[in-house]
Amino acid sequence: MFIPADLKYTQTHEWVRVEADGTLTVGITHHAQDLLGDMVFVENPAVGRSLNAGEECAVVESVKAASDVYAPVAGEVVAANSEVESSPEKINQDAYAAWMFKLKPANAAAVNALMDAAAYEAHVASEAH
Amino acid sequence: MLIFEYAHPGRSAHAQLPSEDGTLDDLPANLLRDAPPALPECSELDVVRHYTRLSQKNFSIDTQFYPLGSCTMKYNPRACNSLAMLPQFLARHPHASAETGQGFLQCMYELQEILKDVTGMAGVSLAPMAGAQGEFAGIAMIRAYHESRADHARTEILVPNAAHGTNPATAVMCGYTVREIPTDREGNVELDALQAAVGPQTAGLMLTNPSTLGVFEKSILKIRDIVHGAGGLLYYDGANLNAILGRVKPGAMGFDVIHMNLHKTFSTPHGGGGPGAGPVGVAERLLPFLPVPVVIHENGLYRHAVEADLPQSIGRMSANTGNAGVLLRAYVYARMLGAEGMHRVAEFATLNANYLLAKMRDAGFELAYPARRASHEFIVTLKKLKDETGVTAMDFAKRLLDHGFHAPTTYFPLLVPECLLIEPSETESKETLDAFVEACIKIKQEALANPDLVKGAPYSQPVRRLDDVKAARELDIAYKT
Repeated sequence: MFIPADLKYTQTHEWVRVEADGTLTVGITHHAQDLLGDMVFVENPAVGRSLNAGEECAVVESVKAASDVYAPVAGEVVAANSEVESSPEKINQDAYAAWMFKLKPANAAAVNALMDAAAYEAHVASEAH
Repeated sequence: MLIFEYAHPGRSAHAQLPSEDGTLDDLPANLLRDAPPALPECSELDVVRHYTRLSQKNFSIDTQFYPLGSCTMKYNPRACNSLAMLPQFLARHPHASAETGQGFLQCMYELQEILKDVTGMAGVSLAPMAGAQGEFAGIAMIRAYHESRADHARTEILVPNAAHGTNPATAVMCGYTVREIPTDREGNVELDALQAAVGPQTAGLMLTNPSTLGVFEKSILKIRDIVHGAGGLLYYDGANLNAILGRVKPGAMGFDVIHMNLHKTFSTPHGGGGPGAGPVGVAERLLPFLPVPVVIHENGLYRHAVEADLPQSIGRMSANTGNAGVLLRAYVYARMLGAEGMHRVAEFATLNANYLLAKMRDAGFELAYPARRASHEFIVTLKKLKDETGVTAMDFAKRLLDHGFHAPTTYFPLLVPECLLIEPSETESKETLDAFVEACIKIKQEALANPDLVKGAPYSQPVRRLDDVKAARELDIAYKT
């Protein structure tokens, strides 16, 4: 399983990278795209939208299923990656390069409550049927 | 090839045309076409051959075992078709007066009574034109009920996370917000989570029982008490009614509203997405809200009760009275079974599913819910096979076609990875079920010995593996642009 050590993770399979300026870059994990299969549609949140932690804010749709993507922490959307909207397959090719949106967190410390790579790996294993 | 590609200017099937008695010269010129419509000009024989060939390419329940089961469409007994196609039914205008259609109306009345009896509900309306519309009518009645009591605080519909996607979609269509309730390892609704979720904001809970996981919700009476205790109503999604038909009544489980998919449980045809029929049944307190028309019998006459009879009705689901032809087929099906045959549907559907489950388990296939008995369908997960060989549930399903079987449902429910949802239904023989298991064993051996063979399937069909990703990404449904 491919879980970069320098990222944070959610129970709902989003990854989060803390950037130097304090913004958070968000995408879905390699494991999530593997379960969903070939992506055919991505819808990102509008820039400027303010999100609560855990709020449904984006949609990824594969040949198998449509899934919601949830805000990992509360914050305001400051960027959305239009490249994954026009080429959803980028998420399959490299889930950690194909970021979806960037958040300016309402509380910078909130990200600390998210899982690290080891905890996420254990979480994935516990979900395995 | 398309029928248009056989066309030749001036070619036609005159033998079938009525003689041109009338003229249309008196039509106003501004209403006339400038050019003839773009229809294919073909001979009768070309048309017959074209459509016969197309039907031969079809992989269908009329040619092969189709373990999608009642989930999609059961076998359609031919008698239902031939009786529903009687010219007296076909030629009846939907607006013909009740006096001239007593036979038809009696059939509809009796179908309502049969559905009432078999589900244990107090009233039934045949008006909804499909399962989705039945769901809409059901939740609209829940809304009408709460509003009639001026209980406007109820804004939430609860839906288990294993539910059909149509359930949350219906709730949203009716103006509710959706709250998901988790499912435990055994496939049951988590009671503590349900208890914590209900309150004065709860309009109702939508439940499929047996669930989409193919298991019977054992705590249904506790669920009823929790939801009713909070003032909410209980909605029964009839998708899996086949498993309990004539044996367990949703009314007795405490459900207030139910929709039935006649194309599933009552064997009506359901090709190409329609036409369907999704009657709704209700408990006593929801009777005033049933969608119109409902067939009633008074003073020796069958007639449609309309808005004037049911002033609190949620209204009409279509201009007329539901899909009459589909309802007639369901009526004939129910009458052929009779009360004494109805419960055998559930018994044989369940027996077939559990026989197949046991054979698959003994053949080394992994069950998603090994501790649970199947209701009428069960789930196999091919996750191990995928991890070992790279062969996915999709590959496995495609290879089944080469072995002469339609694939079961794949990748649903979403909770189970690499899953096959297998529903044989009551119509299949033991020999067919055995042959299916043999094919599955063979494909597993193929996957272990030569995964690429399975990944390239199918080889024997009119088309090979289609690029479903490209089809979804670059949707093109026009013949010519």
